Amino acid sequence: MSLMFEKRQLVTPGEKLAEGEYIAGENTYKEGNGIYSQMLGLAGVERDRVFVIPLAGCYVPMVEDLVIGKVIDMNMGWFVDINTTSDAVLTVSDMTGKPFGPKLESLSKILAIGDTVIAAVAAYDRTRNPLITVQGSGLGKVSRGILIDVSSAKVPRLIGRKGSMIGMLKQESGCSIIVGRNGRVLIDGRDPKMVDLVIKAVKMIEEQAHTTGLTDKIKTFIETQKDVMKDERSGKTEAN
Amino acid sequence: MSVTSQTSFLAKIRSKQVIDSLHSGKRLDGRDLLSYRELKIEKDVINKAEGSASVDLGDTKVLVGVKVAVGPPYADTPNKGVLTVNSEFVPLAYEHFEPGPPGENSIELARVVDRSIRESQAVDLEKLAIVPNETVYVIFVDIYILNHGGNLVGAAELAAVTALLNTKIPKYVASKDGKVEKTEEYISLPMRDCPIITTIAKVNNTILVDPDLEEEQIADAWIAMTLTADGKLCAIQKSGVGAFIPEEITQILKISKEKSAALRESFFK
Amino acid sequence: MKEAEKQKLIDSQGLRVDGRKWAELRPIKIEVGLLTHADGSAYIEQGGNKIIAAVYGPKAAHPKHLELPDRATLRCRYHMAPFSVDERKSPAPSRREIEISKVLREALEPVVFSEYYPRTMIDIFIEVLQSDGGSRCAGLTAASVALADAGIPMKDLVAACAVGKVEGQLVVDICDVEDKEGEADMPVAVIPALGKFSLLQMDGLFTEDEFSKALEVAQDACGKIYEIQKQALKSKYLSERGVAEQSENEGKETTSDVETNEEG
Repeated sequence: MSLMFEKRQLVTPGEKLAEGEYIAGENTYKEGNGIYSQMLGLAGVERDRVFVIPLAGCYVPMVEDLVIGKVIDMNMGWFVDINTTSDAVLTVSDMTGKPFGPKLESLSKILAIGDTVIAAVAAYDRTRNPLITVQGSGLGKVSRGILIDVSSAKVPRLIGRKGSMIGMLKQESGCSIIVGRNGRVLIDGRDPKMVDLVIKAVKMIEEQAHTTGLTDKIKTFIETQKDVMKDERSGKTEAN
Repeated sequence: MSVTSQTSFLAKIRSKQVIDSLHSGKRLDGRDLLSYRELKIEKDVINKAEGSASVDLGDTKVLVGVKVAVGPPYADTPNKGVLTVNSEFVPLAYEHFEPGPPGENSIELARVVDRSIRESQAVDLEKLAIVPNETVYVIFVDIYILNHGGNLVGAAELAAVTALLNTKIPKYVASKDGKVEKTEEYISLPMRDCPIITTIAKVNNTILVDPDLEEEQIADAWIAMTLTADGKLCAIQKSGVGAFIPEEITQILKISKEKSAALRESFFK
Repeated sequence: MKEAEKQKLIDSQGLRVDGRKWAELRPIKIEVGLLTHADGSAYIEQGGNKIIAAVYGPKAAHPKHLELPDRATLRCRYHMAPFSVDERKSPAPSRREIEISKVLREALEPVVFSEYYPRTMIDIFIEVLQSDGGSRCAGLTAASVALADAGIPMKDLVAACAVGKVEGQLVVDICDVEDKEGEADMPVAVIPALGKFSLLQMDGLFTEDEFSKALEVAQDACGKIYEIQKQALKSKYLSERGVAEQSENEGKETTSDVETNEEG
């Protein structure tokens, strides 16, 4: 029984990770006596489960995931693009909290094509379209904020262990930041410069997700930028 | 764009039947793993063609017609005759053959047969120049699949070689003013070799010769190997979505040598 | 091709037209993730070959009738740019390109875990911008890296190389001249973790022994190319430039620098 990598080692598909009585966890597979990586990512082990944290890959919905979607079609309900291989379905009864009746006014008044929604994945198996729900606090149509896309593989890093990264970002910026597991991030704040700063920080996290000490690095970056912004503001006041 | 095959496959219960049978060393039609199906080759079946042959290999039916014309040579081989091989997966041969220009399977088959004939120099193209740089014999080999029963490439190549071996062309001579004149004489196509393709499939890790349609549909992959009369390899084509270990490839080569020699002995001596 | 002088392909020192020894690979450079819209991409230079591979997917299957109920449909397009060869090539797909698209798709299918994404499509585009012999192999090498860059789960990468025979001598990684004027041409692709061949074609003349030897050296060469592929993928994350290079000294293995892991 042997492990063939160091913690957080960067591995490629086909690299042998372990031999013997290990369990093939996420993004690995077992062949004969060995466990191999399926992806380009960071290898890890928890007890006897070997896994790989991927650095890229499409979003695969899991029930209860928070997702941010764009409405792209309507047909007795809404079809919502949630950045995965098939569009999600949002039923009228779920959106309105009432059963769908023929006398209901135009669906577009409730939710129109092009609108953004925050939802949770209610049901998904790989052979059918995902079902999403807006029944829950904080879910529903979104009317303000900036929406940016990040690689869904990097979302766990953006959230951080026990929310450490996202919590730090919110605190430092004072902005509202909602992270969809599907790689969409909604940022809102009164100061557009802070919003820009958050966007920059999120992009940095996406690029450096595989490195260590990132939370501190980003915190330092934000603090430095905030100082620069403060100086600029006081500079301006003086010049007036 | 090449697209993953869409045709419906065998029901699992039938696949299992095929595989279980293979494990006991026999195929569903009673053959052992390395045997050919019943093979019938008939030559000179189409009078209008300069050469022709039909092959029945199990349920597979292939007809090949050879037409010969005269025309300009290719620019880079001005002293050689021209040979082209085309293949039609005729829609009546199988419910999934659609009318239209050749698809990738048809093109692959034609090109594998072409390479088998060309690389073995089976047709002596150098003897087919009439007026060098200007006029040469142009040979069209057209493969017509009439019924799909598996191993189309093996059957097609046998038919093509038979047709070529039996092709009679009008003799053209170069007249003094550089033009060509057709004479009354007929000559055989100058042939130097008799290449033969052996098709070997891997079904559930079992190696078998001359797969039929069902075996092809559940096969991991197959390899067509072409051997010349003196036992050299002149073409190889792996097909299908599986993969082979080197030992399997060596085994396939050994089997191909045996099988092609046996076929040559039975049909081409 | 001029019939005038047939140049000698192997000189008195046993060196090839470009100065290589018989088993030497051409210089190879692979760059990962250069395209912004594709889910994965890779650019390869191998000798004079310049080829881009791009992957889109998994995504919804369009047209819908191409979707499969239990797995992803792979679509593969190998195509040569009109200016990639000596005489301008028409942009319409030739029979050769159609055949190559098929064999390349079949070389990748065995490694992709397509059953993870039923009813979807994965598109693989291989564009040869400049061709110099062995382009289908170089294209396949790049396509495999592009699939990994896209985060599509695979059993392994696929590494490809063309072996040939010139003037009776077996040679590895044939260039354009050797391809056109040699006596045999054998493109091959290997799945190194499984030790299997997923692409095998040959045209020319080989004795049984020559073929066996050719298979052996091809597998060896693919092993070296595999190391370059891995390095290219990793270096995207270990440095600013996602580029891996292999110099003229074939067989020189550079170890990838893994960042030291402090608790973070």
